[in-house]
Amino acid sequence: MSTNEPAGATPQDTVERALAAARRGTETVVIADESSTANLRWAGNTLTTNGVAATRSLTVISIDRRVDGTAGVGVVARSGVTPGQIEDIVREAEKAAAESSAAEDAADLVHGDDASQSGSSWSAPASATDFSVFRSFATQLGETLRAAEAAGRKLYGFAEHGVTATFVGTSAGVRARYDQPTGRLELNAKSADLSRSAWGGAASRDFSDVDVAALDAGLAERLSWQSRRLDLPAGRYETLLPPTAVSDMLTYLYWSAGARDASEGRTVFSKPGGGTRVGERLSPLALDLFSDPAYPGLECAPFVIAHASGRDSSVFDNGLAAPRASWISAGTLSALHSSRYSAGLAGLPAAPAVDNLILTAPGAEASLDQMIASTERGLLLTCLWYIRLVDPQTLLLTGLTRDGVYLIEGGEVAGVVNNFRFNESPVGMLSRVIEVGATEKTLPREWGDYFNRAAMPPLRVEAFNMSSVSQAS
Amino acid sequence: MHAGGIGSWNVGDHDGRIDAEFAALPLRNLADAALANARALGADHADFRVERVRGQRIALSDGKLESLFDADDSGLAVRVIVNGTWGFAATVDLTPEAAREAARHAVEVAKVAAAMNTERIDLAPEPAYGDVTWVSAYEVDPFAVSPREKVDLLAGWSAGLLAHPAVSHADASVYQVKECKFYTDGSTTTTQQRVRLHPELTATAVTETGFDDMRTLAPPAGRGWEYLTGTGWDFPGELAELPELLAAKLKAPSVEAGRYDLVVDPSNLWLTIHESIGHATELDRALGYEAAYAGTSFATLDKLNSLQYGSPVMNVTADRTAVHGLATVGYDDEGVAAQSWRLIRDGVLVGYQLDRRMAQLKGFGRSNGCAFADSPGHMPLQRMANVSLEAAANGPNTAELIAGVDDGIYVLGDKSWSIDMQRYNFQFTGQRFFRIRSGRLDGQLRDVAYQATTTDFWNSMEAVGGPQTYVLGGAFNCGKGQPGQVAPVSHGAPAALFRQVRILNTAEEGK
Repeated sequence: MSTNEPAGATPQDTVERALAAARRGTETVVIADESSTANLRWAGNTLTTNGVAATRSLTVISIDRRVDGTAGVGVVARSGVTPGQIEDIVREAEKAAAESSAAEDAADLVHGDDASQSGSSWSAPASATDFSVFRSFATQLGETLRAAEAAGRKLYGFAEHGVTATFVGTSAGVRARYDQPTGRLELNAKSADLSRSAWGGAASRDFSDVDVAALDAGLAERLSWQSRRLDLPAGRYETLLPPTAVSDMLTYLYWSAGARDASEGRTVFSKPGGGTRVGERLSPLALDLFSDPAYPGLECAPFVIAHASGRDSSVFDNGLAAPRASWISAGTLSALHSSRYSAGLAGLPAAPAVDNLILTAPGAEASLDQMIASTERGLLLTCLWYIRLVDPQTLLLTGLTRDGVYLIEGGEVAGVVNNFRFNESPVGMLSRVIEVGATEKTLPREWGDYFNRAAMPPLRVEAFNMSSVSQAS
Repeated sequence: MHAGGIGSWNVGDHDGRIDAEFAALPLRNLADAALANARALGADHADFRVERVRGQRIALSDGKLESLFDADDSGLAVRVIVNGTWGFAATVDLTPEAAREAARHAVEVAKVAAAMNTERIDLAPEPAYGDVTWVSAYEVDPFAVSPREKVDLLAGWSAGLLAHPAVSHADASVYQVKECKFYTDGSTTTTQQRVRLHPELTATAVTETGFDDMRTLAPPAGRGWEYLTGTGWDFPGELAELPELLAAKLKAPSVEAGRYDLVVDPSNLWLTIHESIGHATELDRALGYEAAYAGTSFATLDKLNSLQYGSPVMNVTADRTAVHGLATVGYDDEGVAAQSWRLIRDGVLVGYQLDRRMAQLKGFGRSNGCAFADSPGHMPLQRMANVSLEAAANGPNTAELIAGVDDGIYVLGDKSWSIDMQRYNFQFTGQRFFRIRSGRLDGQLRDVAYQATTTDFWNSMEAVGGPQTYVLGGAFNCGKGQPGQVAPVSHGAPAALFRQVRILNTAEEGK
């Protein structure tokens, strides 16, 4: 690595230089990513860590077509690349492609005329963020921390904002770019003796819509609900899941809804004896689970960005349109996400994964408060934690409730109860949904690090399996 | 310094084993630029890192190449303390100008953040070690081996699995990492390099009624490519047995839920140690600094030297020195020399894992060297050492432990894991479960998970095996902190016997 050259080139220049450096006759995909992040973290009403970081990476995917019809693929990704290093990286990728075994997903590259182009101009400068995004938020946070201290509450939390600008260029003429802002605020309030705990979170594209004081006020109310504590045994309970808990369960379902594994007989969406369960009813209610790159407030890339191939992604698909996709339509499994290659294996239409997830039900308008008011007896969760797969055959997941489980009796909060370990499948859960509320944007508590864009309703689920009691509080 | 064997220390000698491209960087010039600017701008403390973390992942599906991805993460980072508040900034540009600018950013961040800080940051003192070099114990740099050779090896193993009629699919992958890291705080300057590998092979059977799978027990290791060619693990031997074990599992009865005595193999127990001891004895967690995310710990500081964590046969050591350990280093990311210390002695909590800030905060005097950042873009956190359950000096072998069980289950391999945010309630599954009847194995079981509360579980440990049963397990992907960071860590364990642990039937749980 040389360090004497200036960073210099724009990501667009980098893409063009890399494509131009490729040997005549080879096919090449180039992805340039420019990322910047800023973060603040606090605990016990005081700041703990913070920082800013900027990264820049170049991924060169070289394709070596062979006379027998196969193709070798070489993928080399390097960070901090200077203009003088670009050709070396292209050569490295070409060498890797020449030495590589045949790629199973080899296909024609997506042609530039057929590719989806983002709304942003290819030539516009890459978007970025820095610590100034927190300017008004930091002031508000400081005031909120001081107010919490005075009120005898301890606040813990994290705020992060990042922007990644991605530029995809291919030798087949694709030029597509997308600037993705991603932000989140997580706030955890505890009583001074740490015996009571409440959590709230919000995703944000720019922190202009974040109101930390309002979030804290909501948590203060939740802590007040915890003044009465009740013990409940393990068992199956009618349970109200707020949008964040629904998003964590359904995000796992989405990640598990790949076409390839389903067609190979090894997921919950496999049909015993062969094929997939596409077309099978999963819920008695008319639930719609979909992804839409244009969903307001949850916008994301409308084309495939694949740095490497995987079970249901292919580097050959870079630039392919990734439009709105319905995974569950009116309660019936309607699609599984795939690359062109894995779709072919599964005998299904290609349906690229999209980086957001939305659940809706027609006519569902009840708020969580209204659903609480109509509850005879049941549990209200705050969020779920440490969710892991137990049995892929049923997509059985285990995990914990966290930061407040409330017993609802006669439409009112009777008090806080102990935490539970649950063993539940999101697929099984959908078959036991008995009420759906209004969809709203939410932050998945467990998966928000990796999957930030979700809109979910609260759900009322029959017989949610609380397998054992957790002493954690 | 030699190739292979025990991790080695050299003073001021970059002896050729440090990656040539990394060693050629103007590391000290960059450091000088950053540290001088940080001090000029008012930093009371400043430290500087340059890292290059190179990773290559190869994945095959049914013997065909699914993915081969080679990527690095390079950059520099400046961490400062200004008037008792942290500031941190990182960049990918490895120029003196970028280093100076990162220092300026870090100081600015500290000044903005000061308005929200009410707890002064001070660091425990650490001796100065001068200019030192450390390289982990490995023989063959995996990045010096051709991808074709690696793919061919995995393809051959996959073909062997697929030749068995019970195996419908074979997935094979290997993730290789070379981590080069330069650190200086002006008193100690370290240049370090670590290599690690994580190979996995899974056989899947698809039947008319469903599917099941079984994965190799081989742990990830701080070794080079030699790990896959005969040093440290017998892959051909394990793979030869895997299809028949899977076939037998398909025919095995579903477990009857209840309480059983367990003999737990180190291939499973490492993960239980990780979750219920490793994280629980991180002092930052115990003090609440991870409360909003990873959680806290039931093992709070007031219980030090009094909490009966487990039975008297339980002795747990933390170290950053174990040969081939994934958390093993020469020096941590605050310039603290690697150490080994007790966390639990005769079942009683006697220690914590510390970084320099935590050590100073609670008067421990000196850090035990647990600071780690997973990339140049992240600030070091207190991260886990290799936390290991000690074997009994003249302890029994696994067969002898099994012989002591009348009605129980022998557990091997990790699979599913989950634990609550205070490290009380956990649930684990595994790769293989064998019924024990009258001191002998009696075929496999299916649908098994064990669930317990941490202190109940460890207090139910009646016996630990001898050194002949001890294996170093581990993972590449221990998550902690916000922004999220991953750390590699190993956990050694002997086989061990536990009495009357709750067993769930996962098929029944899912109904």
